[in-house]
Amino acid sequence: MSAPTYDLGKLHGGLRLEGHKQASTAQPILDIPLPSQLILPIEQHVGAPAQPVVSVGDRVLKGQLLAEPDGELGAPVHASSSGTVVAIESWPVSRRNGDKAPCIVIECDGKDEAPVATAGTDYLSQAPADLLLRILDGGIVGLGGAVFPTAQKLMQARTAELEFLILNGVECEPYISCDDALMRECAPAVLSGARILMHALQVNACYVVVESDKPEAIGRLGEALAELGDDRIVLKQVPTIYPSGGEDQLVQLVTNREVPSGGLPTDVGCVVQNVGTAAAVHDWIVNNQPLISRVTTVTGDGVVSPINVRARIGTPVEEVIRHAGGYTESVKHLVIGGPMTGRSVTTDAVPLVKASNCVLALAEPATAGDELPCIRCGDCAVVCPVQLLPQQLFWYACADDEQKLREFGLLDCIECGCCDLVCPSHIPLTADFRIAKDRIRELADEKARAERARQRFEARNRRFERERLARDAELSRQKDSAKRAGPAAIAEILKRKQQSRDDPA
Amino acid sequence: MKFETREAPYWAPQASVASMMLQVLAALVPAAIAHVWFFGPGFIFNLLVAGIFAVAGEALVLRARGRPVEVALTDYSALVTAALLAFALPSLTPWWVTATGALFGVVVAKHLYGGLGFNIFNPAMAGYVVILVTFPMYLNLWTAPRMGDIDYQQLSVLQTLVFTLTGNLPETLGFDAVSRATPLDVMKSGLNNMATATEIRANPVMGDFGGRGWEWIGNFLAIGGFWLLIRKIIRWQIPAGVGLGLLGPATIMYLLDPGSSPGPGFHLFAGATILCAFFIATDPVSAATSPKGRFIYGVGIGFLIWCIRRWGSYADGVAFAVLIMNMAVPAIDYLTRPRIVGHRKGADADG
Repeated sequence: MSAPTYDLGKLHGGLRLEGHKQASTAQPILDIPLPSQLILPIEQHVGAPAQPVVSVGDRVLKGQLLAEPDGELGAPVHASSSGTVVAIESWPVSRRNGDKAPCIVIECDGKDEAPVATAGTDYLSQAPADLLLRILDGGIVGLGGAVFPTAQKLMQARTAELEFLILNGVECEPYISCDDALMRECAPAVLSGARILMHALQVNACYVVVESDKPEAIGRLGEALAELGDDRIVLKQVPTIYPSGGEDQLVQLVTNREVPSGGLPTDVGCVVQNVGTAAAVHDWIVNNQPLISRVTTVTGDGVVSPINVRARIGTPVEEVIRHAGGYTESVKHLVIGGPMTGRSVTTDAVPLVKASNCVLALAEPATAGDELPCIRCGDCAVVCPVQLLPQQLFWYACADDEQKLREFGLLDCIECGCCDLVCPSHIPLTADFRIAKDRIRELADEKARAERARQRFEARNRRFERERLARDAELSRQKDSAKRAGPAAIAEILKRKQQSRDDPA
Repeated sequence: MKFETREAPYWAPQASVASMMLQVLAALVPAAIAHVWFFGPGFIFNLLVAGIFAVAGEALVLRARGRPVEVALTDYSALVTAALLAFALPSLTPWWVTATGALFGVVVAKHLYGGLGFNIFNPAMAGYVVILVTFPMYLNLWTAPRMGDIDYQQLSVLQTLVFTLTGNLPETLGFDAVSRATPLDVMKSGLNNMATATEIRANPVMGDFGGRGWEWIGNFLAIGGFWLLIRKIIRWQIPAGVGLGLLGPATIMYLLDPGSSPGPGFHLFAGATILCAFFIATDPVSAATSPKGRFIYGVGIGFLIWCIRRWGSYADGVAFAVLIMNMAVPAIDYLTRPRIVGHRKGADADG
């Protein structure tokens, strides 16, 4: 069965990229065995790092809370298996700023022992607000790669006027097929997650959106949906164009509404959740299992046999690669994430984290040739999904012209990488834009700091002025009263002052 | 295991400047063959002279600027400039004339402004205009097209080569014997002499629409141009804009006053219209860059060509039209920014 394509909106630009997905979807998801060690970063979400609640030497059980959320956008971290905490230390991770981050290291005992199972909750009987708090405890974050804490996203969404829940099964980035595999094998869990989310959000319409290159996933979802008989959920197929799976792009594609610049999908009545996130919500609410494992694609021409694996969060990537047959001889780069937006890492000692949808091992890519000056061909503008003019932005980025960069929408750039791929001059546009954005943020921070300093300084000056005025007023009051009292009184005062000078005690 | 890191994305770009330029050159081949067929082997000599001086000039100036010579030479952009210049010149052109244009285009118009990607003016057209003002007499030496029934005297390959090298014709021949006024010249002087367009079109240099031979070269240029469109080396906005800007007013005036206005077919197939629409105005570096901006840029060029042909003292206006619109590019680009997704119409991204 295939779902009808009725895409209301249309994306500007984008690219039809070779998928490279068949290699990893040829076999079912492989459950990889427990590693001997699990490395769990306390920061696996966008907010502040979680605070460890265990100490070195503690024995922990599978699913036990290791670190509790801190701050508004925090998320808890749970033990992915049973064992002993052997270290809480800095460890290589895949992250944007710096190569290392604090991690809780567990020596697994291999028993995979969980606390006595409690029954799942009947979520329909729970108030949405309670359900959201419950979701927070599950350590669930956006599994599409953005790792925004799911509960907080839902709570924010509850404050808006909502129409649609959109489940993102688009997975438009080449090579990645973990969502495809999950939808094929766990379609009922995905749909169950959708229903839980709908209850939590109190919305009555859900689109499950899948790209047209995943007929099998669409088929399975269709069957599961027919079995479920929930007509609030609609399956939608969209054309295979990168980057249709970007959150704002998906909203545009499905509802023909544009998410305002700097805004959120909730501004146009939508909440987007990844299908993997929905399945994780199901696992937590129905089966009481927090987010301790995920499906990850291990692929690229740098591994022997690409495959999708289900691995515990914290499994070293090295271990994951081993189950894909190991590296090929030509391997050169290791990327966590996809070929367009992933992060290149220096070592395979990094652990698999909640965000890791793909482990991509790449042989040396065909040489791109030297970087030449921009010839303003405008091909980048043709493919830009946000309809920016990357050639102009590049110009202003080189000139470090913050005003123009803002005016030409640098902050709207979603860093999809399309412009890089079509650039005949081989300019690393996306990387340049990332740097330019960082600079703008730094400048804004600096400005804010300077503004605060200025305000403090002015407040201090105002205080001094106030005090001076008060002093003057007091002085003139004293003078006046002395005048009124006459020369005798003045002589009396002067005498008193003289006395106090002579006798300081 | 340790790995080298890179910045995303990790896919090598498919396109390259060199391949774009080579495709532009390839698209010119059919028209080049037609050019040689109709106007003799001089085109090849002009191409060689322009090519040698453009490349050598670029190499020297890169050396002087302390830039890597090899990288810039293998982008083939100097050769494209040379080829376009060769198309613009009469087949009988002495080498120093061609060399002047090629060197000015590459050294002054391109590299003194910063080299590839930074030149404001189209190098080939800048070079052509310098020739136009310094050696105007040589631009009138268009040989008559090989069309059988025209009183026709073609120079041999050797005679052409001698002319290219020395500027001298064989003693027995005068300039009048080998050269013909171009169709645009004929039209201009005819109209100035109060002849009607229809009368002028009876002149033997005129073909079905434009000039004899010229219109065939135009056909082959158009084939090359459409091929570039299909290959997405160029985009439709500029050719369509040039066509609209030139043929729009030409059609209107032709309908209003057919006596003194040549028709749109003549404008399309005479002079350098098609070369301009597909190959000259589409030079990305000196053209507008937003899609809407490119259309406006094209319309501007087309309209200026028409104005210059109608009122100017030059027979054709492509070079001036292109250079004038080159100057307007920053303004056009600024005023035609597309609406960024998620922004209200007309609002700046920062607004």
